Amino acid sequence: MTRPTESSPKRRGAGLNRRDFMIGGGAALGGAALLAACGDDDGGATATTTTAAPTTTADTGPGSTTLGSNYSGEKNREALAAAVAATGVETMINTIDHNTYQENFNTYIQQPDDVVSWFAGYRMRAFAGKGVLGDISDVWSGLNGMSAGFRSASSGLDGKQYFVPFYFYPWAVHYRKSLFADMGYSIPTTWDEFKALCDTMQGDGITPLSAANDGRWPQMGMFDMLNLRVNGYDYHVSLMGGKESWESAEVKNIFSTWSEILPYYQPDANGRTWEDGAGALRDKQTGMYLIGTFLTSQYTEEEVLDDIDFFLFPEVNPEHGQDAIEAPIDGFMMAASPENETAAKALLSGMGSVPAIDAYIAVDPSVVAANSNADTSGYNALQQRSAEAVGSAKYIAQFLDRDTDPDFAANVAGVGIADFLGAPGDIDTILADIEAKKQTYTFE
Amino acid sequence: MEATAASSLKPRRGARRRRSSTLTGRDRMWLWFMVGIPAFLHIALVWVPAASTVALSFSEWDNLAPLSDISATGFRNYWIVFTIFEADLFGALFNNLMLVVWLTVCSAIGMLFAYLLDKNIRGTAIYQSIYYFPVVLSLAVVGFIWKSTMFSRDRGLLNEIWPGGPVDFVGDGTKLFSFDIPFLDPALGLSKNFAALLVAMAWRHIGYIMVMYLAGLKAVDPALREAAQIDGCNEWQSFRRVVFPSLRPINVIVVVITVIEALRAYDIIAALNEPRGTDVMGTLVTKSLLGEGGGRVGFGSAYGVVLLLLCLGFIIWYVTNHYRESEI
Repeated sequence: MTRPTESSPKRRGAGLNRRDFMIGGGAALGGAALLAACGDDDGGATATTTTAAPTTTADTGPGSTTLGSNYSGEKNREALAAAVAATGVETMINTIDHNTYQENFNTYIQQPDDVVSWFAGYRMRAFAGKGVLGDISDVWSGLNGMSAGFRSASSGLDGKQYFVPFYFYPWAVHYRKSLFADMGYSIPTTWDEFKALCDTMQGDGITPLSAANDGRWPQMGMFDMLNLRVNGYDYHVSLMGGKESWESAEVKNIFSTWSEILPYYQPDANGRTWEDGAGALRDKQTGMYLIGTFLTSQYTEEEVLDDIDFFLFPEVNPEHGQDAIEAPIDGFMMAASPENETAAKALLSGMGSVPAIDAYIAVDPSVVAANSNADTSGYNALQQRSAEAVGSAKYIAQFLDRDTDPDFAANVAGVGIADFLGAPGDIDTILADIEAKKQTYTFE
Repeated sequence: MEATAASSLKPRRGARRRRSSTLTGRDRMWLWFMVGIPAFLHIALVWVPAASTVALSFSEWDNLAPLSDISATGFRNYWIVFTIFEADLFGALFNNLMLVVWLTVCSAIGMLFAYLLDKNIRGTAIYQSIYYFPVVLSLAVVGFIWKSTMFSRDRGLLNEIWPGGPVDFVGDGTKLFSFDIPFLDPALGLSKNFAALLVAMAWRHIGYIMVMYLAGLKAVDPALREAAQIDGCNEWQSFRRVVFPSLRPINVIVVVITVIEALRAYDIIAALNEPRGTDVMGTLVTKSLLGEGGGRVGFGSAYGVVLLLLCLGFIIWYVTNHYRESEI
């Protein structure tokens, strides 16, 4: 269940990817390569082309199409090829190193392949709004097994669908089952129980919560969860869309709720990498960790992997219960004017169907299928729990930097959250600053 | 009157130039060719992008729509930079200033090391190698090394030996000292994590400068020092009055390198994931321009123009003051 390292940044923030990419260039080749990578549009790109589909009856089929892929990890690439083959559509897969792909997506999407891999939510909507994506509502009408939540995550502001979900990975509170069993802890479902558990852990000499914020994205997850629990999904979407004030009572409430658990955090979260937070959880120095399920990519020991479980973030406001979950979705979109629209739609329809995701998961079993009809018999325990958790959620949020303007997320909201962690008492000043900066964004 | 004087001068001056020229037409063609190509490349690759940056800083563009979607916004980006993001801007400028001061100190230390190692003490080669070693690493790599092995709060070497418990060298943005500026909310100051970064940068910068001065010192005529000694100079006098002035060519280069390194600093901070409190102009520019969020081309360009003006200002001032009157 080890995730190829190249694949995990994709599950995280935009800022991180950019840096990983640039740093990678610098580390490997020195400053010159770094500068070249900065200046050049596709200097670091390692594009490879694979024909993945069996050359079946070309004259009766929809013809051939092209797929721009950021599945550049060895395992991911192999898995994607298998998935595409399962659709039976003859496809040229154009694989680009996924950091480079994301880095240059603005340029790429103006002259893209017919079908392109991307993320659901705002990140897709922004491009749909620009008219660079093709409407695939007719593909959606033929899809089975996609929940309403996935449908809305795939829809543009005009209500049409522009995205086919492929897989996802939820964010939840991870813990070690053996620690909970040994110490007699039980799973908290409400905020008071959660805080009481933290208190107990602290009394037992365990730091209750792993806390990392290196790169300024990991704590975005905590912000999102608290907003979803305190103010609900609708408010979250509205806030992300720039329609609410960051100085409102609702937002202040998020941070005052957050302050209640800061004493249970590992100290100095801002300087800790999420990997170090994972190490602390593994070593049972900490008791719980709110992070995506990609957490397990950090663990190689079989007994640790089998010992990791998660629970949903506890209820804070009874009005909203535990009705929302954060689960970034990866999937595919169609270019605005593909060379072969019939084949592109056939491919998208195929990728949204069961055989493709089954074929993918057979090779890379670390993700959970978006299609609820997919074969879950091969799932490990965590995959099954992930599928249940997302399936039962009424609302699915993506992630702060996928749900709002990525630049606002990285350079304003993420910065404010980091400042809050450094000096929780300054929250009023920080929120006033966020609100002033927010005014300079259009959130179109 | 003037006009006639000028017209009578003109042909004469032209004639003289033609007479004194020993270049054939072919030579001249080659000259144009050899000057022209580098000049063309320089203008195309440096000044056209720089001018575009200036132009874009007066516009708004999401880097996505066709070029026709670029809309002029006048000074709006600058207004935003200087009134709304002013804490980021002045914080970054302050950090750049800190870098100038600090790297100047490091350059002086590098000079001292070079002076001492030039004295043929035993094991000079070993000391030289040790001090020079960090220089072969890119600053991005230096950042990685310090972040993971030295600064890491949970695993770092420094935290194992630091008296008084672990310190968050990477993330702790609280200020070591600060100045209250009337219109700025977070006061300007040196944050703890930026001070830690300065140490990592010194590790590399000192060796770099040391090697340049070592090369310079080798070129100083030993007879000069002997003469100074015979004339009764003590060590400091002979360095101050004899050796240092003869190092002038190196000094000029070192000053340029030090200031430009300080202004363009970027890679080591990016390698540390740009912790809060460590932004410099270079990271502000790239944050807005690069990445899939890079939808603020005009805004990022405005930061870039501020940096460009700083660099240009320094270079013009320095070149006019130090190159013109010396024959370096």
